[in-house]
Amino acid sequence: MNAALDHVEARTWRRFTPRQRLARFAIYIVIVAAIIASARTVEVIPEFLIDAPEQVQDLLQRMWPIAWSHYPGGVHDALMETIHIATLGTIFAIVMALPIGLAAAYNVVPSRTVNYIAKLLLVSSRSVNSLVWALLFVAIFGPGALAGTLAIAFRSIGFVGKLFGEALEEANRGTIEALEATGAPWTSRLAWGYWPQVKPAFWSIALFRWDINVRESAVLGLVGAGGIGMALDTALNLFQWNRVAMVLFSIFAVVVIAEIVVTQIRKRII
Amino acid sequence: MSTALAVRGLVKEYVRGKRVLDGITLDFAAAGMTAIIGASGTGKSTLLRCVNRLVEPTAGEILFGGRDIAPLKGRELREARREIGMVFQEYNLVERLTVMENLLSGRLGYVPAHKAWLRRFPQQDIDRAFDLLDQVGLTGFANQRADALSGGQRQRVGIARAVMQNPKLLLADEPTSSLDPRTSVEIMELLCEVGRRHAIPVIVNMHDVDLARRFAERIIGMSGGKVVFDATAAELNDDELKKIYGGASWLA
Amino acid sequence: MAGLTAPAARLAFRPNWWARIGWVLLAVYVVYAFGRLDFNWPRFLVGLDNGARFIGRMLPPRIAQPDSLLKGLTESLEIAVLASFIGIMLSLPIGLFAARNLMPTWASWPARALIAAARSFHPVIVAIIFVKAVGFGALAGICALVLGSIGFIGKLFAEAIEEISLKQVEAIRATGASFMNVIAFGVMPQVFSRFIGFSTYQLDSNLRNSTMVGIVGAGGIGGTLFSAFQRFDYDFVAAILLAIIAMIMVGEVLATWVRGVFLERGKVDEE
Repeated sequence: MNAALDHVEARTWRRFTPRQRLARFAIYIVIVAAIIASARTVEVIPEFLIDAPEQVQDLLQRMWPIAWSHYPGGVHDALMETIHIATLGTIFAIVMALPIGLAAAYNVVPSRTVNYIAKLLLVSSRSVNSLVWALLFVAIFGPGALAGTLAIAFRSIGFVGKLFGEALEEANRGTIEALEATGAPWTSRLAWGYWPQVKPAFWSIALFRWDINVRESAVLGLVGAGGIGMALDTALNLFQWNRVAMVLFSIFAVVVIAEIVVTQIRKRII
Repeated sequence: MSTALAVRGLVKEYVRGKRVLDGITLDFAAAGMTAIIGASGTGKSTLLRCVNRLVEPTAGEILFGGRDIAPLKGRELREARREIGMVFQEYNLVERLTVMENLLSGRLGYVPAHKAWLRRFPQQDIDRAFDLLDQVGLTGFANQRADALSGGQRQRVGIARAVMQNPKLLLADEPTSSLDPRTSVEIMELLCEVGRRHAIPVIVNMHDVDLARRFAERIIGMSGGKVVFDATAAELNDDELKKIYGGASWLA
Repeated sequence: MAGLTAPAARLAFRPNWWARIGWVLLAVYVVYAFGRLDFNWPRFLVGLDNGARFIGRMLPPRIAQPDSLLKGLTESLEIAVLASFIGIMLSLPIGLFAARNLMPTWASWPARALIAAARSFHPVIVAIIFVKAVGFGALAGICALVLGSIGFIGKLFAEAIEEISLKQVEAIRATGASFMNVIAFGVMPQVFSRFIGFSTYQLDSNLRNSTMVGIVGAGGIGGTLFSAFQRFDYDFVAAILLAIIAMIMVGEVLATWVRGVFLERGKVDEE
């Protein structure tokens, strides 16, 4: 036994280092401050809030029964137009996003400046909502499906380009190195080295974006860019709630069908 | 020697009519190591898991701490469980947490949820955790993530976690089956040591007969859901092994 | 080895007929859709001409109404912050309930139904309905985005929980831990980093969406933008767009910082 027993101090255990704790604390403070500041300045009119359940009930009553008869004349064509907008928009986006996505991946284009510019383009495309793009294109090309398709396309470039660029960066370097060693030119390296590896990711991204675009296309008509949104806008402006319900239902149905289609194709391809 | 655990007429049917446990009746003393051996699927693991109710028995009594814990539910069940420590074949540590957090998770039966979430465990528990780390030979590993450890190290953490509960009984379900031979011996030694030092009876499931013979005072052999052998290691000869495992060809 | 006939030319690559048919169908579709949507070259050229003039009117960007711009931006920010906070808080229990491996059917079914319903409609449509229910202004926007957040985070969170290793959960249950403790120590460590990832993504997404719900009257910079469009104040429009892009980029930077502090490796943890 030790003659001089050391005082065994309580051994403490800390989950995070002091620096980590500081950072976490800082973030908590910022979050709480932001929430409190927002809650105080946001305008909430109490009367409206109390009124809300009544309003909702009123709305639902006016929507029932759903105006099924409205479908052939007012809804079907617009719905088809929406699907075309979504599909063509996605296709354009992919065509335009591929080169930009390639340019943003360092292992494909080893120039940080080019990467940066490409990434900037992609971020800008994503930051602007498809609805805002639609406003822009309606002002340029006039109301109609052209504006809608371009809006979808330009918005999706950022999405597809970013994910595609990430998939490229995760490709196995070993395979590409081997091709380089055979003396293959840059284009062949792309086609034989990168493409087979990113193919599943590519199709996954493409399908995913198409699915989202079907939803997005449905609302573009609210600003005049074609598709079912225009039928919705008309019905809303005329307060024809039964028709509104019909339009909402058809949008819902199309979205569900699109998801099923995507799931089925996914199973077969990926 | 008092009885730590008694099982009376324990029956378990996973599928109706097919009994995995066919009326097991056993007494376990409050000290020493007991090994349960038997072919795969004879219910060794089921027996152990019925004791701490990770598997629900179909019928029978489980007498622990002076009462039948088989029908317990809710808080009472949890109070019973915290007195029973379990070591798992695949360690079952929370991979993303550190060794210290895994050790302290042994006290979750005692610490209320909000304190545990904030990691405010009593200092006494923390001291104990450090001591146990030393005992299992993992001094200095407190802040390592569990998934950064080797298999043997993880099992040591698993054992320490079980002992952190201050249990009256330690169950080990094939603790060495995922480990190499040398580490298996180390873990068995640790289990023995821990059982002796903290005066906890240990019940181990295993399929390595030599290990069982080497470390356990009492060996229970199961076959077809029944106990077919229950004696000391010395009395386990080849004839008995044949009865337990069936077939002579595997006995070299 | 006499008398060998020349073997038929062996193809090195079998043609993938399905893929070829697929590409052809795609090309046919594009042509068809062009027709249906009435795209033709003259229209496009006129459009380009318009576009050039349009860009001319947009540049240089001019902040015509700084007060309006600032008010709109802050309101969008507030909508995004509040909607994300409430949405994240609600998604945690709802997502937990929706996990089929942890919860009995009577609990998971309603949660899954709620999540599916919340995802079905575009935030703008939901905003329109909320405008009818609670009136114009930020409240409608917040409600709409809360629903959208629940749909997104809830779904992904539930899927993450369904992928965890139940062995770790079993071990924690065996220590006699209470239900909350089992969730906190058995489930959460396995999914927390992904939850943070989804939440920061949704915060970013809400920031973008909050700029747009104003177009239908649910508060934020969208309203300012829309009125600028209608007044043909295109240079103001350009200024607003730039401000929106800047705000979103700042948001992305902040989100990355938060992820860096809360996650071990500083990026969204993938299993």
